[in-house]
Amino acid sequence: MSQCCMLNYVVKCFVQENGRCVSKLENMGFRVGQGLIERFTKDTPRFKDELDVMKFICKDFWTSVFKKQIDNLRTNHQGIYVLQDNKFRLLTQLSAGKQHLEHAPKFLAFTCGLVRGALSNLGVKSIVTAEVSVMPACKFQVMIQKM
Amino acid sequence: MSRQSNRTTDSKKMNSELFTLTYGALVTQLCKDYENDEEVNKQLDKMGYNIGVRLIEDFLARSSVGRCHDFRETADVIAKVAFKMYLGVTPSVTNWSPAGDEFSLILESNPLVDFVELPDNHSNLVYSSLLCGVLKGALEMVQMAVDVRFAQDTLRGDNVTEIRMKFIKRIEENVPAGDE
Repeated sequence: MSQCCMLNYVVKCFVQENGRCVSKLENMGFRVGQGLIERFTKDTPRFKDELDVMKFICKDFWTSVFKKQIDNLRTNHQGIYVLQDNKFRLLTQLSAGKQHLEHAPKFLAFTCGLVRGALSNLGVKSIVTAEVSVMPACKFQVMIQKM
Repeated sequence: MSRQSNRTTDSKKMNSELFTLTYGALVTQLCKDYENDEEVNKQLDKMGYNIGVRLIEDFLARSSVGRCHDFRETADVIAKVAFKMYLGVTPSVTNWSPAGDEFSLILESNPLVDFVELPDNHSNLVYSSLLCGVLKGALEMVQMAVDVRFAQDTLRGDNVTEIRMKFIKRIEENVPAGDE
């Protein structure tokens, strides 16, 4: 818990120092995601297919980083996946006040990078975006890029 | 199944690794943004300060530690409670100055530097500068002005990491004008 707290503070403070830094945060998340997934999947067997990879991200990966699973995974079976987290941990710590909502995209950007980085090191190239529906629920959209 | 049996230990490890990796990504980004190591050190210190002034509230709420009576007590609380709570390590408190206003925290291992190597062109980078800022910011909120610096750093070839903390002065609580 306190690790997530520290993380929160670190991201918040980085955000305050740098004005337009959404892409920087996404890049940071990317590096972290790559590193994490390397350590985490060191001993896991190969994934059967793309869906297997996405399920891993939704269950094991999300649980390790955010202490809960993705609540809902949808796909069109043509390379687009939508991951829904109804109580996204990085957003629950932001108060619901309007002035804080402007910071929400920055936390989402870091997480989009995290997912993109994790997928990248599992051999899956993607574009990841996110949107907040109703705080603290949010959706991450993963578009697989055919290499 | 190997994946399942290792889940809980992996999860704990992953958390500290998440923080370590994020800090690493942060420092890397700062090195790209700023031209020289001194500037990066300053930025990390500043960020740490901003974190510290908020973290102290979280710490006091969760640790239920009372007011410290002297600097020695403060040192013990920092080492045994705060470091343990946030970084999972307990540094030892040593090298007290004769006046009792300066001491060292010796860290056998620094979780921030797992997997980290300093490249040759960043020899002036004090990688864990964030910690100095955090300590300064947090203590300022409890009316203590301190100076914090790294005396030894494993990343720069020393055997241990040593943080030197010096008490500067007590900060008077601000009383709004007009109060008796």
